[in-house]
Amino acid sequence: MRPFTYERAASPAEAAAAAARNPEARFIAGGTNLLDLMKLRIEAPAHLIDVNHLGLDRIEETPEGGLRIGAMVRNTDLAAHAKVRRDYAVLTRALVAGASGQLRNKATTAGNLLQRTRCPYFYDTDMACNKRSPGAGCAAIGGFTRHHAVLGTSDACIATHPSDMAVALRVLDASVETVKADGTTRSIPMADFHRLPGDTPHVETALEQGELITAVTLPPPAGGVQLYRKVRDRASYAFALVSVAAIVQRDGSGRVALGGVAHKPWRLEAAEAELKRGAKPASDSLLAGARPTPHNEFKLRLAERAIASVLAEGRN
Amino acid sequence: MRFDSPAGQNPIDQMKVVGRPHDRIDGPGKTTGTAPYAYERHDVVANQAYGHILGAGIAKGRIRSMDLRAARAASGVIAILTHENAGRLDKGRMNVARLLGGPEVEHYHQAIALVVAESFEQARAASQLIRVEYDRAAGQFDLHAARRAGVPPAQEDKRVGDFDRGFAEAAVRLDETYATPDESHAMMEPHATIAAWQGDRLTVWLSNQMIAWTAGDLAKTLRIPKENVRLISPFIGGGFGAKLFLRADTLLAVLGARLAGRPVKVALQRPLIANNTTHRAATIQRIRLGATRDGRLTAIGHESWSGNLEGGDPEDAVQQTTLLYAAAHRLTGTRLARLDLPEGNAMRAPGETPGLMALEIAMDEMAEKLGLDPVQFRILNDTQTDPGNAQRRFSQRQLVECLRVGAERFGWNRRQARPGQQRDGRWMVGMGMSVGFRNNLLMKSAARVRLDGRGVVTIESDMTDIGTGSYTIMAQTAAEMMGVGMDRVTVRLGDSSLPVSAGSGGQWGANNATAGVYAACVKLREAVARRAGLDPAEAVFADGMVRAGNTSRPLAELAGAEGLVGEDAIEYGDIAERVQQSTFAGHFVEVGVDMATAETRVRRMLAVCAAGRILNPKSARSQVIGAMTMGVGGALMEELAVDTRHGFFVNHDLAGYEVPVHADIPHQDVVFLDEVDPTSSPMKAKGVGELGLCGVGAAVANAIYNATGVRVRDYPITLDKLLARMPEVA
Repeated sequence: MRPFTYERAASPAEAAAAAARNPEARFIAGGTNLLDLMKLRIEAPAHLIDVNHLGLDRIEETPEGGLRIGAMVRNTDLAAHAKVRRDYAVLTRALVAGASGQLRNKATTAGNLLQRTRCPYFYDTDMACNKRSPGAGCAAIGGFTRHHAVLGTSDACIATHPSDMAVALRVLDASVETVKADGTTRSIPMADFHRLPGDTPHVETALEQGELITAVTLPPPAGGVQLYRKVRDRASYAFALVSVAAIVQRDGSGRVALGGVAHKPWRLEAAEAELKRGAKPASDSLLAGARPTPHNEFKLRLAERAIASVLAEGRN
Repeated sequence: MRFDSPAGQNPIDQMKVVGRPHDRIDGPGKTTGTAPYAYERHDVVANQAYGHILGAGIAKGRIRSMDLRAARAASGVIAILTHENAGRLDKGRMNVARLLGGPEVEHYHQAIALVVAESFEQARAASQLIRVEYDRAAGQFDLHAARRAGVPPAQEDKRVGDFDRGFAEAAVRLDETYATPDESHAMMEPHATIAAWQGDRLTVWLSNQMIAWTAGDLAKTLRIPKENVRLISPFIGGGFGAKLFLRADTLLAVLGARLAGRPVKVALQRPLIANNTTHRAATIQRIRLGATRDGRLTAIGHESWSGNLEGGDPEDAVQQTTLLYAAAHRLTGTRLARLDLPEGNAMRAPGETPGLMALEIAMDEMAEKLGLDPVQFRILNDTQTDPGNAQRRFSQRQLVECLRVGAERFGWNRRQARPGQQRDGRWMVGMGMSVGFRNNLLMKSAARVRLDGRGVVTIESDMTDIGTGSYTIMAQTAAEMMGVGMDRVTVRLGDSSLPVSAGSGGQWGANNATAGVYAACVKLREAVARRAGLDPAEAVFADGMVRAGNTSRPLAELAGAEGLVGEDAIEYGDIAERVQQSTFAGHFVEVGVDMATAETRVRRMLAVCAAGRILNPKSARSQVIGAMTMGVGGALMEELAVDTRHGFFVNHDLAGYEVPVHADIPHQDVVFLDEVDPTSSPMKAKGVGELGLCGVGAAVANAIYNATGVRVRDYPITLDKLLARMPEVA
């Protein structure tokens, strides 16, 4: 871990301004991922800006009938919130499928979105990684890739985004609210928030230098049966091989997003148009263009079967 | 005490204390955090500095240069140890690769430097500033490729009868190949050491299973007299074989302390453990079985391929096959490939664990070919003598009883013989079973027992308790022998200044270490009786008194102010050669396999064990359920993934190397059959700590087959290996 300086920001805008001034600064919230990465010197910020005490820890109803979730709302509290459980069940289900109780107590909404990949080559500083060191190459490609992405990959990176929560937020059409260094705010749809790796896998989100997440907003409830299915090698405390977030309506329409398969939650509105024709046409469309490795080719069949199973459950 | 003929009646047979489910005497210390582990010994020596290990970033080659300038200049740094300033080192007898590498690198994450600093954080930060340039060398990292290229036998094959003819002429034949992956011990407490020099004398607080081995290898490596080395390891947070030997944490702490001129503590960082330490080596196993149409085995062939560094041993996956089932024609052999992966060595039930994972699937497959129930097939091929020597009997062999009791208790008769027939909602449900088998090993073991003027009995031994219950069963032994309550016994363990015990490994600890206490107690009883003027042969020890005829004297009074001491060792003659001592189990498992995703979840498990006298049913059960859990890990998820380009285990932390969590283990039952084995020791006990693991993996595999009809011969049985052959999702 590199020695660092620390400050507590006084307001979200000031936090953003402070971060914009110092390219080696990072925000710290729950720290469940950042501190681990700092210990391994995968992240080596010179300065930490603590954003835990800015009043961003509330869940409020929006005038439109949705929810505004403060960036610092802990995963445990979000999962347990009565309205989330009732109207956005896919979010609660995704949250409790992730990490452990202890981690969820600490992890925040914004931090969950910003967690880094769990690619083991990213975690091993003796291995080449374009995320850690742009242009260095990717040791994962051609290596042990059972957990890696099958969709939206590039020749620079085949890492996945590990979040469960983000997959649920994607299927719920959530937006990410931010404040920039100059004090302006914007709202980024989840679809645009995480990026595909392309030639710049170290750039993982649409956020600008210093831009701080202040909240995640959910539109009015989508209704339907809301399910989250996380497929993994053990029953708990493991990252998804594939996960499915789904909202299934009575008329057979619905929404489906996948986790564990790409650098971002994977959802295609075009694929959802196929849902009324059945699970298979929808998953064929969703998985089109996949570039698996011999180790993770199974994820395609797994995703297809998991989608079929979730849709069947949702229609029952 | 020399033990070379079966034990007769002795005080242990009273079973007033031994055989009772006594709570762990170290339990309150463990649960209140007052039983300190090596890294927590903040108070044992002043001025402790912190060491942080740097592991090599290549698998094979040489260090061209190490740039230490930035690290030296970092805050708090006291010293940096490398091969250049470590002094002349020998290598331990038990070590294969050197524990401090450089300039030659023998495997990935071989330790190449230790940064010593005022704080842990400073040592870690500085170690990350060391820049190392390497000249990489080509290596062989792929067992499958090595096997294809041809691998010589590790030693001469064992043959009985004429296997080739026997197999060729068998009416029903099976010839299949199985694979087990590299596995990591993944014990909770990492390897950790505090080392302090006083002149040329060295004290080491560490986490180690075999104190005398490690003290000897540390002295040999340092080229100093063994008498100058003292090891202290009273509490150990799991070992599973990873802590049998001197490892890098200890050697580097010792060298770092010498260099820094003050005590140094080191914990091996979790991400280093998989590649820096030993692991269970992967195997490829070819099994050939021949049988008559009515299900009698006539030929058994079992060959196993594994790899290791130069000087390392094969994973002996065939050893159980020489003894487990009857058949006139037999072939067993191991083949050892030279690989440049980290060292393969003992992990809980080495040999039998991967061996039974393969053999017991083969038996399931053969039973199906023969149209026999898997339990009946095994009963049919039981043997009460060594199949290689009909004159040599098993001392006890209740395998058939284990299987019958297990089948009854588990409801085996509800199993559908045809696979893929049982559903529970979205789950396909199946049952599987296997045989568990592990030999009982006899090892010399010494102890000293003191009796003081308060009537307190103190046991002293270098025996270790790696979470198994050694403290408790040794105390129970002394309480039984001396006729005192458990509250009158204290136990000191894990100190190299104390008598040398069998140590903890190979499930030999319980029987041998308690037998050592027994021997010492016999000496103490003689001393007490003599002081009371009684004939030791007539003396009865009970209720804190010694009695003979009309005389009855309190032990406390006889011990007096100066106390009494008994010290002895149990030593074995050739009894283990004359009779075969083994332990047996029947493992039964029910699994559910998700129809859509092929995720396997264990629903319930049962082990029925026959392993001699059970010294403490509570701690023995803990051993067995822990081992069953490990078996589930091996069956379903554990695998050190090899990167065959770079030559290392990729998933080298506990996020990547998955072991079972609570949610994976819903229900476990353990039954111990009544058994005493007079040939094992005066305790008439045998080991159970490894038996509980042996065969579990195959029982899970067989249950998956029964649930789905998909036979997987390549562990772990992850969903990707099932998926293509699962039924269509509705």
